[in-house]
Amino acid sequence: MKGRAISYLILCGFAVIMIYPFLWAISTSFKPLYEAFSPNLVPKNPTLENYRVLFSRTLFPRWIWNSLIVAVGTVASVLLFCSLVGYTLAKLRFPGKPLVFALIMSTLFVPTQMLVIPWYQMAVRYGWLDTHWGIIFPGLIPAFGVFLMRQAFSVLPNDLIDAARIDGLNEFGIFLRVALPLVRPALATLGILTFVGNWSAFVWPLIVSQRKAMYTLPVGIALFSGEAGSKWNLIAAASVLGTVPMLVIFVLFQRLIIRGAVMSGLK
Amino acid sequence: MKKLPLGLSQREALWAYAFLALPLAFFLFIRIWPALQAFQISFYQWHADPSQRQFIGLANYWRMFHDPRFLQALRNTLFYTLLGVPAEVTFALAIALLLNSVGKRFRALFRAIYFAPYVTPPVAVAWTWFMLLNPHRGVVNRVLVALGLPPQPFLSDPATALPTVTAVVVWQFLGFHVLIFLAGLQNIPQMYYEAAQIDGAHGWRLFRYITLPLLKPMIAVSVLMATAGPSIGFLQLFTHVINLTWQNPGGPLGSTLTVLLYMYERAFGAFEMGYGAAIVVFLFFILALISLIEFKVLGRKVEYR
Repeated sequence: MKGRAISYLILCGFAVIMIYPFLWAISTSFKPLYEAFSPNLVPKNPTLENYRVLFSRTLFPRWIWNSLIVAVGTVASVLLFCSLVGYTLAKLRFPGKPLVFALIMSTLFVPTQMLVIPWYQMAVRYGWLDTHWGIIFPGLIPAFGVFLMRQAFSVLPNDLIDAARIDGLNEFGIFLRVALPLVRPALATLGILTFVGNWSAFVWPLIVSQRKAMYTLPVGIALFSGEAGSKWNLIAAASVLGTVPMLVIFVLFQRLIIRGAVMSGLK
Repeated sequence: MKKLPLGLSQREALWAYAFLALPLAFFLFIRIWPALQAFQISFYQWHADPSQRQFIGLANYWRMFHDPRFLQALRNTLFYTLLGVPAEVTFALAIALLLNSVGKRFRALFRAIYFAPYVTPPVAVAWTWFMLLNPHRGVVNRVLVALGLPPQPFLSDPATALPTVTAVVVWQFLGFHVLIFLAGLQNIPQMYYEAAQIDGAHGWRLFRYITLPLLKPMIAVSVLMATAGPSIGFLQLFTHVINLTWQNPGGPLGSTLTVLLYMYERAFGAFEMGYGAAIVVFLFFILALISLIEFKVLGRKVEYR
């Protein structure tokens, strides 16, 4: 049993390393500046001042709002279109299906970094810089989502769809009212993964948002922290605004997120 | 379905095309056409005014290989990958093996704890670690000193900056690989171990001749994702580096600069879009080549008869 005790010890050690930075940032975000450099996890003079500053004297409310709009807008588009395309590829028969599938899946092999320069020029040409749409458009329909939904729909029995046809439902009605409710777990997984991914996205929002008012939260955190110098209490509060909502979502939807992450690796 | 009149299957096809019209337009114009455009742009000397853009053939590529800062970024990127991928994968495998040996309730709890950093924004993670790693007042150096070890310069010294960034990235993405390995370990039938134990195998031999070969597909996935995975691959490092070295991106002395960060510097700092495009096109080929090699080496199936 000595071996088992050592296992627990090592695992606990790693767990501390994984959790401590979050705890430290949360704790520092409630400290006044003169206490910010102390490694204590419990603030001696806890204060909400840092958050008050972020919410009343900076653009953080606006940046959080932008991130929410971008994440929610993307999730809506991803859920609608990935499921529609996934359903079409899994259940409808039409000439050219293998070609369509290959075309969509081919985009999985092109890293998005290669596309940012053309996207930027597109955004300049059509006046999409500094708009929510400009941040959203590259991620409207990810091929991974199409793949995931196609897998989910493909296990539904064909008889079910044929029965709905005989009942006189049109194809969109079948998709919406018969097939879609049956793949709710896949939709939930895809929705959560998309939301989390967009909340964290940095590279493209950094490029396409040039006015400060149009930054998303991660871009705002970077800019603000870069200017805050040694005001660690404020930087910590800014980081907490980015991490804690995701940690809460992770605790609430742990099963979905873990399943989705495993699928994204093993697709 | 074949027995149905032709009209019906034609109608089905029409519905299918109607469903696909908008998404296909998206894939063609937002994902596929821009990929080709990236190649095209890389052959031009960029200018904001389209009429002034000049076709210069491969000159941007030629420039790359005579640009010391690009070569430094390329060297760094390969170094990040050589250092980070094995570290991330081995640590994750070790943790997964340990987790697999403890009780179910603890396993689920620890798994969640290790995975948590993966779901948080890299920007916030980078800034938190930026403070923890401060050479003078950071917690990490305080701990080192308390343990009687020498304090480290971390991000402020060209010699230690790159390994420091690597460690932060490993910290954030480790949990993803733990998850993959745990999924793999749980798929290995217990009877293989029982049979081997009857034959007198223990500890290391069980790992070497059963666990490791049967985990090979997971190792392949893990190595590929750590190298080139979207937004977590070491070859595409950007967000952590720029945030950890915000005052002097890629510094000190270019020691943490990556290919992608250099692309950003050229294309969006200096507005040399043609040169920037050449850099990402080149990165794309590196990604494809290294992924292919890894796939060839690791992708072979293991069969147990």
